[in-house]
This record gives sequence, C-alpha cells and structure tokens, in this order.
Amino acid sequence: MRFLGRSRVGLRRLDGESPLRLVLLLCSFALTGYAGVRLLSGDWFGIALWFVGAAVLHDLVLLPLYALADRAVAAVLPAPARWINHVRVPAFLSGVLLLVWFPLILGRQERRYENATGLSADVFWPRWLLITAVLFGASALWLVIRAAIRGWRRRPGARGGAPEAASAASADSADSAGERKPPAGPAGPAGPSRS
Amino acid sequence: MASSPLAAVRRSYGHAMSHPPRTDRDRRALWRSPLRGPWLTSVFGLILLFGIPVLFVTGLLSYAAYNPDLSPVNDKTPDKGLLGFYLFSWPTDPSWLYRVTQGVHVTLGVVLVPVLLAKLWSVIPKLFAWPPVRSLGHALERLSLLLLVGGGLFEFATGVLNVQLDYVFPGSFYPLHFYGAWIFMAALVVHVALRIPLMVRTLRSRELRAELRTRTADTRPEPPDETGLVSPRPAAPTMSRRGALAMVGTGSFALLVVTAGQSIGGPLRTSALLAPHGREPGRGPNGFQINKTTVAVGIRARDIGPDWRLVVRGAAGHETVLTRERLLRLEHHGAALPIACVEGWSTPDQRWEGVRLADLAALAGHADRPPRVLVESVQRHGSFRSVVLSEHQVRDPRSLLALRVNGADLSPDHGYPARVIVPGAPGVHNTKWVGRLTFGGTV
Repeated sequence: MRFLGRSRVGLRRLDGESPLRLVLLLCSFALTGYAGVRLLSGDWFGIALWFVGAAVLHDLVLLPLYALADRAVAAVLPAPARWINHVRVPAFLSGVLLLVWFPLILGRQERRYENATGLSADVFWPRWLLITAVLFGASALWLVIRAAIRGWRRRPGARGGAPEAASAASADSADSAGERKPPAGPAGPAGPSRS
Repeated sequence: MASSPLAAVRRSYGHAMSHPPRTDRDRRALWRSPLRGPWLTSVFGLILLFGIPVLFVTGLLSYAAYNPDLSPVNDKTPDKGLLGFYLFSWPTDPSWLYRVTQGVHVTLGVVLVPVLLAKLWSVIPKLFAWPPVRSLGHALERLSLLLLVGGGLFEFATGVLNVQLDYVFPGSFYPLHFYGAWIFMAALVVHVALRIPLMVRTLRSRELRAELRTRTADTRPEPPDETGLVSPRPAAPTMSRRGALAMVGTGSFALLVVTAGQSIGGPLRTSALLAPHGREPGRGPNGFQINKTTVAVGIRARDIGPDWRLVVRGAAGHETVLTRERLLRLEHHGAALPIACVEGWSTPDQRWEGVRLADLAALAGHADRPPRVLVESVQRHGSFRSVVLSEHQVRDPRSLLALRVNGADLSPDHGYPARVIVPGAPGVHNTKWVGRLTFGGTV
C-alpha cells in the first residue's frame, strides 16, 4: 500500500494494490470468462489440462531440465568457462529447431502429411540431424581455432604482450575453479545468516 | 576435473539444497545465472510487445478472411458472440492479401518461439517467490500470470502443431486457437499495463550499445532491485548479455531460414528445410503446392471421371447441369492468382483459366448483381468440402471456376475437373472437385 502515497502519475497507481489495478484485473477476467466458457464448451477437462499443463510443463519440467542439463554439461567439460558456449549454442539452436518442428522431424503424422501434401515425410529427420551435425561441427572447429590462437599467443616471445597473457591466465584460473566468485556480487555468497 | 555431473549440480546448488529453502531469498538463490535481471527481461519483453500484437492482428484478419458471418458452413466458432464484433467482408484486393497476412502470422509465430522461451527463462525465479500469495490483489495478479503463460504457450503450441497436421490438441483447431487467443490477450493487456512503466524505466537504466560491447569477463549482475529477478547468489558469468541476446537472435534467425521459404516460394522454397511445404510436389504446370490430395479426402476415379457433372442452381428453382465439355465451350477468362493456406505456406501466382463465377450466376438466372454462392465439392468427408463465397467475391472478374492451370488441364490433386479460385481468399475457400454451385444459397 505504500506505493499509493508515492504515486503522482496515473499509471504509477498501477503499482501496488491500487483500485485501478483491481479494476483492470477484473475487466481482464471478465473477457477471460467470456472467451473461457466458449473455449471450454467442448472437452473442457482436456482443454483446461492443456492450458494449465502448458505452463506447468514448461515451468516445472522443461526449464528445470535444460537448466540442469546446462549445469551438468559444465561439470563434465574440462574447461567449462572456455568450452561451455561451444556446446550451449549449437545445442540451443538444434533444440529450438526440434522444439518447433518435432512433429515433422519425428514423423508423428507421416501418412497424413504425405496424403495431404503429396510430399515424402522422411526427409525431416535426416535434415535435422545434418543441421545439428553442422552446428556442432562448426562450433568445435571454432573452438579449435580459438585454442590454436591462444596457444600461439602464449608462446614465449610471441607478439601480444603482457596484458593479453595476464587475461588469458585469469580466464584459465576461472576455468579450473569452476566456481569463480562473481567480481562484484550484490551480496556475499553466504547470504544472510541462517540457523 | 572428473567430478560427476550430479555432484556438480549438487555443489552448484550449494547450501540452498542442503536443507529446504526457507526464505524467499533462499528460493531465488536456486537460480544462479548472473544475466537474469529486469533489463534483460525488458529487452525480451520489448520484442514480444511488438511481435505478439502483430500475431494477434494477423490472426484476427485470418478469422475475418473465412467470412464466418456469411453462413454456418463458413463458421467454425458459431458461439463467438461479441468476439466477432469487428468482422467485415473479406476483400479480393490485393489478391496477395491473405498470402502476406497469414505468411506473417505463421512465420513470425515460429520466429518468436526462442524469444518467448528466453522471456520465460528470465522470469522463472518469480514462479518460486515466497510467500506465493501476499494479498488478494497479488493472488489475482498471479492468476492472471497463469493465464498469460498458459495462454501464450497454448497458442504457440496449438499453432505449431496445427501447421504440421499433428492434431493432438483436445478439439478443433479453430475454436481452440481463436478463444485461446482472446484469453491470452486479456491477460497480456493487464501484464503490459502493469509492467510497462517498469520496462521503460529499466530499459533506460542501461545503454543497449554499451551492453552490446561488454564481454563475458566484464559482465556483472544487474543491481538487486524490487523485481526479485537478480540472483542473490550469482554464479560467475559464462556468457555476456550480448552473447545471450545473440544466441536467442540466432535461434530466431535459424527458424526464419528453415521456415520462411514456404511462404515466399520460387527458388527460396527449398531453403525451408524443416517446414512442411519446403519442396514442390512435382514439375510442370501442376507442380505447385497441394493442400489435400485425392487420396487424403477419398476422391475416387469415378467421382471425377466422364460421369462428373456440374449442377448450377439459381433463382426460382433454376437448375442447369453441365458436363466438362460444355464448360470448356463457355467463354473462358484467365487470372493470375496465388494459393495461400491458413497453415502459412503459399504459392506465387498461378495462371488459371476457366469460367467466371459471375457468368455462371448469369446462367442460373442472376444476370445482373449476382448473389453469394454455396460451393459444394464431390468430396465426401473432410472439413471445408462446402463453403459460401460472398457476393463481393462472386462479382470479382478474377473469381473463376477454373478448368486449367498454367496452360494444362487441372491435375486430380488440384481439383480436376473444376475448382474455384478467388483472389485473396484463404486456400480452403478455393474448393476443389466442385460438384454444385447454388447461387443465393446459404446451406
């Protein structure tokens, strides 16, 4: 409620528990109700399940899964800070392609697709695999090139003086630590004292 | 170095996992990315703020393009009530109108998927905010957020599945996607109204150009604020904000590349490597995109063989029965028109030849001011085997009962012996294997 006292501009009143905010929410629910009855007029349980299930599946399954996968990959890589994005980026790109086009890639409706379009349905799986291979291949190649450049710069007497060598060294120490403390974290890593 | 993934996950959760999280801060500390914060969320939000209204408007246009008010056979959502308040008679000019609106709708929807995922990723700590409900107003807002997230994912999921003919959703696509869109928008308007001041303030707090110059090593968490998005226990950065934006942008770009070609056509079609209509079904005059082959809808050889007749009905019980030979002897006209599907794919203009719908109306006793027409296919099952075209569509001189395309007879898959082609209409309104035209008829 303290936001109310501070508000000067009309829109600001939408912060906190203002009456305007409540009215807005109720108007929105009225429209939701109007469309909702019509949406649920068929298989209401199945539709409600899809509606809520979509949010639950994404927030409590898909997102935690890929977040944990990301941490797991970082844990098995020899030098996470330097390597992780070479796995993360191609995996993400290949993943979103699969997420959007999985019915075709997995051939879930092969016959219906072939009957509808007059096209063969068996091209999508190899195409996606090939795209994925190219993405990971390009990423690995890039990593090798970066490593080569780094190795060349680190040779004693090579050009590229002290500052670069120092920064490379600090990146390496971060890699081996894996748990490098943030340079300017907003609070200590331990957080508030607990019992 | 050879530590197991599980051990590392446990370690990275750290003390927060050793006993159940008790405070709100503990819960948020489970999410450790140093990139999360109101600025990054606002950038993704801003992109969706432009993108989703385009999806909504093109979606409403597609709904109008079916002319649902014209007849119950056109209307997949008969109980729409006030939600059809804006409907208008779908124009025939420009002839590429539906190609563009629906191509944008589907392609943009696909391209926004990574942005939607990134936006949801960026706000995930809020899901675990504690206490879950602080007050009645807060409870209502969280309910609204459930409708927002559930509605958004529902719309994207049904759309993505439908264009791949994977009808696993619980019901007909049209009412689900249409009513779902209104629920999604109702929640989105509230969300935007409540958050836009914060978004504007946040976007102004950091300079985009400076952010795009910051390397991973120099990336710092955003300062903690009342949004609760910034991790209280951030991990060391492994990616810059520039990197995160570039990764999401590349995801969108990759989807654009493997999708857009099916709506552009020509040599670019083959670039749509993963989209359903990224190849041509054949060569020659009839070698362009097919929506449903004869096999798909159960058209048999004898349905469209020499015994095929076209029945034309009109004013006061007027009825004419025509063979294909007689139709071929009627005055012929040409029109270069595309086929554009609700699934987003389309073809460039094809050169159609046939009899004007207006001339067939005259044959049925409607010499001047031809009325609407009920078009019925000989197809026995499948949706859209009949449709009502508006008088406006009938009167357009380019609206044909086509017998030939690109200089050859129609192929069976393209509607032989005769099909309707109307400028600007959604593909399913260009009925194939036409058996009967009833001018002035509704159902």
